[in-house]
Amino acid sequence: MHIMEGFLPAEHALVWGAVSLPFVALGLRSIRKKVREKPELKMLVGVSAAFTFVLSALKLPAVTGSCSHPTGTGLGAVLFGPLAMAPVATIVLLFQALLLAHGGLTTLGANVFSMGVVGPLVAYLLFRFGRLVRLPQGVTLFVAVTLADLSTYLTTSVQLALAFPDPLGGFAAALAKFAGIFALTQIPLAISEGLLTVLLFNVLAKHSAGELQDLGLPLAREGARS
Amino acid sequence: MNKNWQNGLMLLAVIVLISYPLLTVKAAKVAPGQEAVALFTGADGQAEAVIRQLAPDYQPWATPVMEPPSGEIESLLFALQAALGAGFIGYYFGVRRERARQRAATGSSRAA
Repeated sequence: MHIMEGFLPAEHALVWGAVSLPFVALGLRSIRKKVREKPELKMLVGVSAAFTFVLSALKLPAVTGSCSHPTGTGLGAVLFGPLAMAPVATIVLLFQALLLAHGGLTTLGANVFSMGVVGPLVAYLLFRFGRLVRLPQGVTLFVAVTLADLSTYLTTSVQLALAFPDPLGGFAAALAKFAGIFALTQIPLAISEGLLTVLLFNVLAKHSAGELQDLGLPLAREGARS
Repeated sequence: MNKNWQNGLMLLAVIVLISYPLLTVKAAKVAPGQEAVALFTGADGQAEAVIRQLAPDYQPWATPVMEPPSGEIESLLFALQAALGAGFIGYYFGVRRERARQRAATGSSRAA
């Protein structure tokens, strides 16, 4: 999902930067507010960020014969709301842009938008919806995070197709090409991310039930079997 | 299903998802004079190739601040990134566990 340095025309880079900036600012504000109300949540913000650090560092193979990485932003979005992960994604993407030549400063806005805005938003909304219709929590979390991961890569495909439409087929043909690379490879990885997120959430439910309760995620202790 | 079992099964599923492609995807036979197709390259790089094909005249207008001088250094930095994250998660659960243990210990001593 990393659009490489210089690989978005300047006006695209500017627009995506302008779109992402408010999300990062609001995200910082929302984290600060939550932590001020309940200082013990600070460590859990750290765990969400740490999970993103780990998962986005792992390049995993897929049956398509290429490698890509999960994003890890779904968990934090479910715990802290859809905005909280925009600043976290920004930190990870900055690290990779500055030291690893993965992504870039000119494409930071676009990459933050796919990984830190769209993905978390999808995770949050699907998770809320699943709770609303009373699906089992584990299943809801898995579906929400898996689809969130995929949505990040679809967003990248859309961003690239907008910038580089196919000379013959236009936007749609270009989107098919980019999504063919990103989305197919991502399917098994997204499933892995969904499973790992549910796993971490189960461990959190065991050790940090109080914090989850503070975040409005009361746990049906042994009742939420899936 | 017990939560430990569920967690174990999920971990197993992830391992299968990751190892299955490694075992099954094989490089196509290379005809003499043709270049071998590299397997398990990054999707980001493949997207770059598509960009070059769709817009051959496009000139990237910025270059990375710093490129890792070799694959080894790149893997060093990725390992560092993962280690920072995993280290913090391990620390967190260590603290939680110990706190719960101490609370249980003082609770029982009070009761005694």
